[in-house]
Amino acid sequence: MDGNSAAGEGAIRAGCQCYFGYPITPQNELTEYMAANMSRRKGCAFIQAESEVAAINMVYGASLAGTRAMTSSSSPGMSLKQEGISYLAGSELPAVIVNISRGGPGLGSIAAAQSDYFQATRGGGHGDYRTIVLAPASVQEIVDHTHMAFDLADKWLMPVIVLADGMLGQMKEPVQFHHEAPEVLPIRANALRGAKGRPSRFIRTCTSNVSEVEDLNWSLFRRYQLIQKEETAFDAFEVEDAEMIVVAFGIAARMAKGAVKNARKDGLRVGLLRPVTLWPFPYDVIGELGDRVKQFLVFEMSMGQMLEDVQLALKNKAEVSFYGRPGGVIPTSSEVHRVISRLYFQKGLGRL
Amino acid sequence: MLVKIIFAGFGGQGVLSMGLNLAQAAMDEGKNVTFLPSYGVEVRGGTANCTVAISDDEIASPVASSPDYIVVMNQPSLVRFQNQLHSGGVMFYNSSLIETGITRGDISLVAVPASEMAESMGSARSANMVMLGAFTRKTNVVSLDTLIKGMMETLKSKPKLIAINKQALTAGYDLAQQKAHARNVPGSF
Amino acid sequence: MKKVFGRPRFLKKTPFHYCAGCGHSIIHRIITEVIEEMEIQERVIGIPPAGCSVFAYYYFDVDMAESAHGRGAAVATGYKRAYPEAVVFTYQGDGDLAAIGTAEVIHTANRGENITGFFVNNAVYGMTGGQMAPTTLCDQTTTTSPFGRDPRMEGYPLKISEMIAPLNGVAYIERTAVTTPAGIRKTKKAVRKAFETQIRGLGFSLVEMLSPCPVNWKMSPLESWQWVEQVMTKEYPLGVIKDATGAGNAG
Repeated sequence: MDGNSAAGEGAIRAGCQCYFGYPITPQNELTEYMAANMSRRKGCAFIQAESEVAAINMVYGASLAGTRAMTSSSSPGMSLKQEGISYLAGSELPAVIVNISRGGPGLGSIAAAQSDYFQATRGGGHGDYRTIVLAPASVQEIVDHTHMAFDLADKWLMPVIVLADGMLGQMKEPVQFHHEAPEVLPIRANALRGAKGRPSRFIRTCTSNVSEVEDLNWSLFRRYQLIQKEETAFDAFEVEDAEMIVVAFGIAARMAKGAVKNARKDGLRVGLLRPVTLWPFPYDVIGELGDRVKQFLVFEMSMGQMLEDVQLALKNKAEVSFYGRPGGVIPTSSEVHRVISRLYFQKGLGRL
Repeated sequence: MLVKIIFAGFGGQGVLSMGLNLAQAAMDEGKNVTFLPSYGVEVRGGTANCTVAISDDEIASPVASSPDYIVVMNQPSLVRFQNQLHSGGVMFYNSSLIETGITRGDISLVAVPASEMAESMGSARSANMVMLGAFTRKTNVVSLDTLIKGMMETLKSKPKLIAINKQALTAGYDLAQQKAHARNVPGSF
Repeated sequence: MKKVFGRPRFLKKTPFHYCAGCGHSIIHRIITEVIEEMEIQERVIGIPPAGCSVFAYYYFDVDMAESAHGRGAAVATGYKRAYPEAVVFTYQGDGDLAAIGTAEVIHTANRGENITGFFVNNAVYGMTGGQMAPTTLCDQTTTTSPFGRDPRMEGYPLKISEMIAPLNGVAYIERTAVTTPAGIRKTKKAVRKAFETQIRGLGFSLVEMLSPCPVNWKMSPLESWQWVEQVMTKEYPLGVIKDATGAGNAG
């Protein structure tokens, strides 16, 4: 199954009731999958919206009504969705947004890239907010992360982004589904569904009283602190005795893992640290590794965005090098292997 | 074991379905597998290509910068992909449509008159399956049985196509077998 | 003694923040009266805009949720598709609906979404301080058309109601004015008919209400009411613009 369809099926099996999309390459198969599988599904809604802006606002409407709602896009479309994501965050409404990212800036290329890292992990729109960002590295993880995204969104009442890329969206891999689609679609408790048997309520971010807005920001901030404590996820591979650690996420982490394996075969003591959640970012674990390991290599399909988080985590405790291919150029695992080897020996590692 | 194959040809030659059928069969045999199509403007019309990776281990990258095998169905694909092939790799080419232009001396060649054979079976569009049959016999990446079963699964909504595709796969497989027996040197026919 | 006039049940006891002579408070009252009369308060959801009526939820005693500027129709669409039993209305000004939200309202209307739009047209951006709106009349002075709207430079007043009326998804559109007792009565009937259209599942319904904005028009309340009647209605004629409900004229 291709990654785009896998995100769709994963969402349906997570109880997604409403999907609103807009065509953009390379995520079209996801919108098409939802058209084929949701538009006639009992109780479900599918709309090909007039724009990404409309689609994210439809998600906001469906989330108000307490349903599990999703939209998807690729980088230029994600820029348009930022307004709606800011409102979702400020209104404390859950939603899932899948970004099958591509090369930018501007219209850029339709090939896979990782240059939406800043946009995804820094909120992306206006105001002081964050979104949880999951970065799958395989089609199977797209399924699993999409499901997880709905659960996290409901748990923390906020938008969650699944940040994949054009290659993961387009490629096919075997997948397993661990959940059946629920018979009864979940409706969030306390959703806004009419003032029946209770006083009327309103949901808003706007108020003329700045102290209320300050309170909202504080309450979000405290929630974000808890999320950092509870939801940070990463994968560590061969880091125990490593002299050099490669840090990469998503599809790049997968290439890096192959490169690390090959470097190990050459006798190089190299490991891989892969953030699975990009926000919250595993600052602590990277910081602790920095107490022992003095060489880090960050590898991204961009000019270096996660790089800044790795530098923040290490607080100058170790040297950080970077290798990146931006704009939609797909590096290869052997290319990364060569970079690792060169750096390893340049830095005088492996000599006892 | 890690094998990477690029399939390339005209849009409409069934290049993606060649790759997909092979990927399906490899998956049915319990292998790790990735299938990466070219996408965007180039699939509509022009050339199409896809990359299949098959491995016993996790697959690091679905991209093949120097594949072990390439399968080219037309002249432009030959030009575009022959130099990517790993030294010592094998290039399968559709000899019905490719007559000249092979410049590599460090690779093995397997010529398959796929279009002619398919036409003689009365189904010009099955050239891809003839080629895939020949590819399977030569490389043994998967078995013919799994390939046919996988194809039948993929085409279960179009039962009419199953018989002809099965015929084409078998014809390609048998052709490669005969030639292999004749000279017993990979890539020499 | 029989009570003949009082506060509508679903209008909260909060003093309006609107300026003297503004039409919003009248329109709020009309909508809440109809909600009470139709007994739909338990399933009504209101989507107020960014604009002067951004705080409409301080007054409407029904469930409401804020929308980003111009996106009310999309929010209402998503809500209604998720929960079709609800009665959903957007409350939008002319900047919101006819400028930044044009795409959303056209496509919502064209899909025939079963929602109701209340479109308050006062020919000016009120909340931001009286800038030119798409509905501003030719020669009308605003802070961003200080020498009067010149159609050669700024285009002509946009008649959204007439624009979307031909769309097959649209069931009912009427334009009213809230500046005379008769106009208020007509508006109330139109509001009721719009809700009924939605409940019957006939498609998109819209009531455009011409509404005075004395402060930004730099007029007294009385002058502004007269201006609606005498000037604005010439550009925006009152009456039913489309009725495909098969139920006859609401006015």
